[in-house]
Amino acid sequence: MVVREKYEQELARVQQRLVDLCELAIHAFDRSVDVLLEKDAEKAWMLIEQDRFINRLEQHIQDDVLLIIAKQQPVATDLRRVMVLVKAASEMERIGDYAVSIAKETIRLGDAELVLPIEKIARMRVLAIKMLRDMLQAFITEDLMEAKVLAEMDDQIDELYGEALTELLAATHLQDGAESQLQQLSFVCKYIERAADHATNLAESLFYLVKGKHYAFD
Amino acid sequence: MVQAIVREEQQTKQEMKVLQNQPRENVYETNNLNLWYGDKHALKDINLNIQENNVTAIIGPSGCGKSTYLKTLNRMVELVPSVRTTGEINYRQRNILDKGYSVEELRTKVGMVFQKPNPFPKSIYDNIAYGPRIHGIKNKKVLDQIVEQSLRGAAIWDEVKDRLHDNAYGLSGGQQQRICIARCLAIEPDVILMDEPTSALDPISTLKVEELVQELKENYSIIIVTHNMQQAARISDKTAFFLNGEVIEFDATDKIFSNPSDKRTEDYVSGRFG
Amino acid sequence: MAYINHEVVERQMTKRRTKNTVFKNLFLGATLLALLALVVLMYRMITQGAGYLSLDFLQNFSSRFPEKAGISAGLVGSLAMLAVVTPVSLFLGVGAAIYLEEYAKKNKVTTFIQMNISNLAGVPSIVFGLLGLTIFVRMLGMGKSILAAGLTMSLLILPVIIVAAQEAVRSVPGSLREASYGMGATKWQTIYKVVLPAAIPGILTGSILALSRAIGETAPLVVIGIPVIVQFLPDGILSEFTALPMLIFDWAKRPQEEFQYVAAAGILVLMMLLIFMNSIAVFIRNKFQNRY
Repeated sequence: MVVREKYEQELARVQQRLVDLCELAIHAFDRSVDVLLEKDAEKAWMLIEQDRFINRLEQHIQDDVLLIIAKQQPVATDLRRVMVLVKAASEMERIGDYAVSIAKETIRLGDAELVLPIEKIARMRVLAIKMLRDMLQAFITEDLMEAKVLAEMDDQIDELYGEALTELLAATHLQDGAESQLQQLSFVCKYIERAADHATNLAESLFYLVKGKHYAFD
Repeated sequence: MVQAIVREEQQTKQEMKVLQNQPRENVYETNNLNLWYGDKHALKDINLNIQENNVTAIIGPSGCGKSTYLKTLNRMVELVPSVRTTGEINYRQRNILDKGYSVEELRTKVGMVFQKPNPFPKSIYDNIAYGPRIHGIKNKKVLDQIVEQSLRGAAIWDEVKDRLHDNAYGLSGGQQQRICIARCLAIEPDVILMDEPTSALDPISTLKVEELVQELKENYSIIIVTHNMQQAARISDKTAFFLNGEVIEFDATDKIFSNPSDKRTEDYVSGRFG
Repeated sequence: MAYINHEVVERQMTKRRTKNTVFKNLFLGATLLALLALVVLMYRMITQGAGYLSLDFLQNFSSRFPEKAGISAGLVGSLAMLAVVTPVSLFLGVGAAIYLEEYAKKNKVTTFIQMNISNLAGVPSIVFGLLGLTIFVRMLGMGKSILAAGLTMSLLILPVIIVAAQEAVRSVPGSLREASYGMGATKWQTIYKVVLPAAIPGILTGSILALSRAIGETAPLVVIGIPVIVQFLPDGILSEFTALPMLIFDWAKRPQEEFQYVAAAGILVLMMLLIFMNSIAVFIRNKFQNRY
């Protein structure tokens, strides 16, 4: 068995970078909801500031993969693997962007008292974070079964999202000054729901990597 | 602007043709071919159908039987003493392994280009005219036309038209190989067999030959043995992977190089052969 | 990885270099010695024979008087014999070589034939003389003619020509044959149009060297009984004749000292003929040198 040692090394380095990127992005996303709940504008600014690390890491991954393709000319599974690396990096970068968006909503909300129910948002967040973390693990170990189970978690989040929106709308009539918060909070719900969608995309990528066929988890 | 639209329309028409997917005929149908060199079982139960106007690539590690198979297709393999075959290879519905099949006739329809450029130590003109001459064409005008047409077909006319009577050995390796392709075209074959035609060439000459192969497949069926997997991926429509005298996988090239069915094929095309 | 001890290597270096120089000089000495022998020979022939070389020498027949002795009968006889030897030996030799290289299957019989051909090249020329005497002169009744001598000489040089031609045919790369077969050529077309043209320089070079041997050979002619005193030029292929080396042999035997000089002059003519033929061989080799 000829092992392509140099290639494996280069690949492992990029894979490590992706893991770093995922952890950074998930962490930022997790923190952003914390910041929202705590209404800490200063930390929100920090989060926005730190997003550039995530962006830079994604660019690094792109460059590395470009070099691998140019120098090692991978084919078949090897080629799919590096393609999926780039795709996963861009999914994760998006999650970083949602963290930034939520942070911006936090700043927009300012010091105003939250008059709408946010218990559903907290639950969505817990679920989404768990889904992202476990998905990362499944992605690293190329565990299709686990990925499939996790992808199905997306339905729960979608359901929660629907419920959260209804709750928000219903509460708007009861509270004064809720209209201004409604938009911001529904955006936040949307971001969390989208983040979970990206986790599903990751599962689809993983299936493509291993099976060589496109699957869709809807 | 108008031209662009016309061009686009033509292109669409061409694509439509491809989409309509006219069934291509098989030039070669190999059924249960076995071949032995003395005691060595070099080809084992080969079953392959090769379509016309296609580039079919044969890949595999050294000694896997791919060159042997190629040389069986025009029975050049018989130049090696102690070769024995069973099974059949039908070329246009006739079994070429029949004793009654004349090899000379077969090789007139199935031309071959070899690994190392092997022009004769003669002038460029005489090299190209060699095939037509042995098949009895003596008329100078006809020969002139064949020579020009063949050299144009091999995309080398412009490079050599002013020195047709110089010795072919004065050309570069890449040019010599294209002369050999032109020499092969001069017998107006139906199929062209290529045995690692670019392995002795520099990268630029290699690309030229590859481009040429793309053009030639409009009019000829091409079967190419190559060690260069990227080359197989670039120029072929279908790829057969040989290993230890067996066909492991034969499929569309796109499939072989993106998502092969067999683990051994995958290991081979991704350079992890074991 | 410490198998090479560089100190030891350095210590042995002087010894190795000395050996190197010694062998180089030894071989140089061998070459010079051979060259010296040739120079001495040439010097003797030229100093002794040059005086007797003249137009008359070329035109006269042999004679009892050294001043009147000439080589015309021998020169013309030798050339006439060559005219028989060349076509016969070339046709048979090249034919056999092509058969052995291109057609014959590689089996024990072929190997046996091959071995015998190589051995024949080493058989003493006098044996060929006896063969010629028995078969051509007596059995076929050709007498002491140009034809009989020519055929004998052909047999003598045939093995050399076969081996040389085989070598030349073998050195034509297989890829050229493949190219020809690959276009549907028959075996004969391939041999005639590809193999032979490419092999001809090699065949000719070897053959000319063999032919010059035929001109210089004396022993078979002596055995056949070729006369020395011939006072006429041959008028046909069955005519009696004499050859250059026969005359030289005869003169060298005579007691008068002057005839030694006549013999030297004869040798000079023979040598010039040989040098001429060998230069043709060299010329052909250089002109048609193959570049595969």
